[in-house]
Amino acid sequence: MIPLPPLLRLLMRLPLRRCLLAAVVAVSLPLQADDAVAPAADATAETTAEAAPAAPTAFPDVIRALGTASLSERTALLEALLATKNPNTAAVLTAWLEDHLHVRDADGAVFITAEAESNYALTDPLTMAAAGSEASEGFTKIGSNNNLRKLLRSALASFKLGNPDAAVRLAAVQEMLRAPDELTLTMLREQAKTEQDPAVLKAIAAGQAYADLTSDSADIRLAAVNVLSGALDGETLAKLEALREEANEPDERVRSAASVAISSIAVKRKFFSAIETLFFGLSLGSVLVLAAIGLAITFGVMGVINMAHGELMMIGAYTAYVVQQLMPTHLAASILISIPTAFVVSGLVGIAIERGVVRFLYGRPLETLLATFGISLFLQQLVRSIFSPLNRSVATPEFMSGQWVINDALSLTWNRLYIVVFTMVVFAALQLILRRTSLGLKVRAVSQNRAMARSMGINSDRVDAITFGLGSGIAGVAGVALSQLTNVGPNLGQSYIIDSFMVVVFGGVGNLWGTVIGGMTLGVAGKLLEPAVGAVMAKIAMLVFIILFIQRRKQGLFPQKGRAAEGH
Amino acid sequence: MSTQTMTGQGVLIPALKADRGGQVLLALLLIAAVVVPIFNLMIPEGSFFHLSTYTVTLFGKYLCYALLAIAVDLVWGYCGILSLGHTAFFALGGYAIGMYLMRQIGPRGVYGNPILPDFMVFLNWTELPWFWEGMNHFPVALLMVVLIPGLLALGFGWLAFRSRVTGVYLSIMTQALTFALLLAFFRNEMGFGGNNGLTDFKELLGFDLKTPGMRVALFITTVIALAVGYIGCRYVIASRLGRVVQGIRDAEGRTRFIGYQVESYKLWIWVFSAMLAGIAGALYVPQVGIINPGEFAPINSIEVVIWVAVGGRGTLYGAVAGAVLVNYAKTWFTAAFPEIWLYALGALFVGATLFLPKGVVGLIPARKVKTA
Repeated sequence: MIPLPPLLRLLMRLPLRRCLLAAVVAVSLPLQADDAVAPAADATAETTAEAAPAAPTAFPDVIRALGTASLSERTALLEALLATKNPNTAAVLTAWLEDHLHVRDADGAVFITAEAESNYALTDPLTMAAAGSEASEGFTKIGSNNNLRKLLRSALASFKLGNPDAAVRLAAVQEMLRAPDELTLTMLREQAKTEQDPAVLKAIAAGQAYADLTSDSADIRLAAVNVLSGALDGETLAKLEALREEANEPDERVRSAASVAISSIAVKRKFFSAIETLFFGLSLGSVLVLAAIGLAITFGVMGVINMAHGELMMIGAYTAYVVQQLMPTHLAASILISIPTAFVVSGLVGIAIERGVVRFLYGRPLETLLATFGISLFLQQLVRSIFSPLNRSVATPEFMSGQWVINDALSLTWNRLYIVVFTMVVFAALQLILRRTSLGLKVRAVSQNRAMARSMGINSDRVDAITFGLGSGIAGVAGVALSQLTNVGPNLGQSYIIDSFMVVVFGGVGNLWGTVIGGMTLGVAGKLLEPAVGAVMAKIAMLVFIILFIQRRKQGLFPQKGRAAEGH
Repeated sequence: MSTQTMTGQGVLIPALKADRGGQVLLALLLIAAVVVPIFNLMIPEGSFFHLSTYTVTLFGKYLCYALLAIAVDLVWGYCGILSLGHTAFFALGGYAIGMYLMRQIGPRGVYGNPILPDFMVFLNWTELPWFWEGMNHFPVALLMVVLIPGLLALGFGWLAFRSRVTGVYLSIMTQALTFALLLAFFRNEMGFGGNNGLTDFKELLGFDLKTPGMRVALFITTVIALAVGYIGCRYVIASRLGRVVQGIRDAEGRTRFIGYQVESYKLWIWVFSAMLAGIAGALYVPQVGIINPGEFAPINSIEVVIWVAVGGRGTLYGAVAGAVLVNYAKTWFTAAFPEIWLYALGALFVGATLFLPKGVVGLIPARKVKTA
């Protein structure tokens, strides 16, 4: 007897004809004592349902009856279903609403189905356990009509209103308010009496106010307008706009209240959209700073033009891609690991460039520019050969995707927020290295007066190599950040190199603070211009602005002062 | 100022006499001007000695590049201004002649509009933008070929040199300039055909652009332009202005202290160079049959600099040699080994700066060549 239920299930999975299946069920029935085994239990229920379709009350019976009931009987069964207060009810209702509730023709058992190729993956509504998968031909849909669907929706919503999770309740309220009627409003009013969560209460109040706007009494409408004046969303704004028209709203007081509410909402929305623009600008600025800050070291501190800087970022981005390919199941970890990896990889490539080419060209900046440009072409083609010219995408880990919704008018994307934070961290770390370590001291000494530093016993060759490596490593880290914003491709670096140079030159060469402030200023200014003139024109305007700015202050925003300035 | 400095009337002949590389170049150009038409037009197509029209156009293209390279060498090799934006002037010259060629299409365009070029009809424009007026006249177009790059160079140079922006800063500014123009010309609203640029040209001065005769005529025009441009540059360098400019290259501060207005000298040679680049662009466009915003790409400008570096900067003829050599190599590589071309170009950049500071012409053993 014990091995039989598995055997039975095995048989059920085979594509047997109905008669054969019925025979098996019939044979197994007398042996069946355990109610938990679904098919057998259903088989028993079938007979009860057929014998007395009137009023099943137990959850399994109601489910069973659904399979055979006519459309009109289903309305009654829905109420019975709700009355059982079984925890699986919500799942059944959802499946029903989405046409995923099926009855198996063979034995009348009801299942929640999910389409898997031509088969149905079955879930037993009684246990919510998976019950194998079968060809979809053997099933009939438990359908619904408009009226039933409406009932289902509100039933589902009211069921969800009892959920302990506030987010589920909020979603339910919003769902119900999509098409509010007297029934749903009453339900919501009931809910408001016991509801604790402020967001849910607010949503209910807003829904009530929406409904009140259509009330016959001007006083109720007025009160509703006053309630809505605290809202921020566009829907409320649109509803209030409509009230300003005399054709829609006969009462003068309501019209003027609506006008006042609209202007107050508009001011708030403008404020939040300004914050949003500022945030976009800061995040764009962060990207610029991140791209430029490594350059600020090689160009600013060492006076070396590294046109391959963009390609070092590209290498960092590809490192993130490779690390993610190596550990596809751990997205978050792969991003965290790729940061130091990219730093090391790009840093080593940078040191190789410095030792191999740049050190022979110190004091000849224009030649350095050309040679490093050659290296950038070389690296681009190398990447094309290894990874193909197609763009690769690096997946975004869970904690970085989505938005941080602050209110109806303001939501910030997580990945941009993280990049702002990341930029700050990188900048702080770099400042720490340059200001607080002996390496930083040496770097500053060499950049200010090479001959003097050498005579103090500093190995300037080594310092040069390490400084170049540091700047290149930062570029690699920037590449990891960029891989989260755009696709990774061979041209990734090229598109940032001119911008990065602009930021460094604008901020003032040899000044990391200048780079940060310059980058942020350009980012915010660009985003402020964008709505007025479009992205391309904003970019052109920024380029022209910098060209003109450099004429005025050729040392940038924060010029170097004192003797160090003479070296450049 | 210009009359004062250009007084050395008798400087050109001695300068050319001392310029062996230039003599070789001019001789080669003369030979090309005679031989190419004969081999292309007179020798029948099946013959071994026949030069295909494709090759004629290809070499015409190289010579346009050579003129552009001379313009870059003039400011880089003789004045120390490394321009990473010279293709901006080149492309503007090309657009000027392209506008003339567009207007010549007339009602033969796809939409058959007698006035508006096809792309404007496509954008539902009803009348010609003001800056397209008059471009149907060849002299106006020719004027624009030098005027527009010249004015842009004048404005940019006036701002940059007056406030003493030098060295890599200037290079990056020139790159920003051409990048800004690239972005601007990609916009359809600019009225220059947007992404697709200007193309589908039919005829120039009433002659069909596709006939071999016209191709040869364009080639010879380019040869003449290059020769005249070369001699003009040689003259400018040999003149007093040229000597001051070389003084600026070697010691800008000292030249200023002696009492020369460094900014003005730089500005004139800069504007002259930009105009030469514009002419090169104007000769280029009818031969290749298209001009689009891609010509503004900063990478193109940097490539021009590498032609000059490979050929040997500060010699003028080295620029010509570099332009022809590198472009010939590019044509060959991109056909035979397209993957290797960027590696080769990258290696060329590194190798030329590290190992060939005087370029390929520096490899030829110097005889008694003294220009100074």
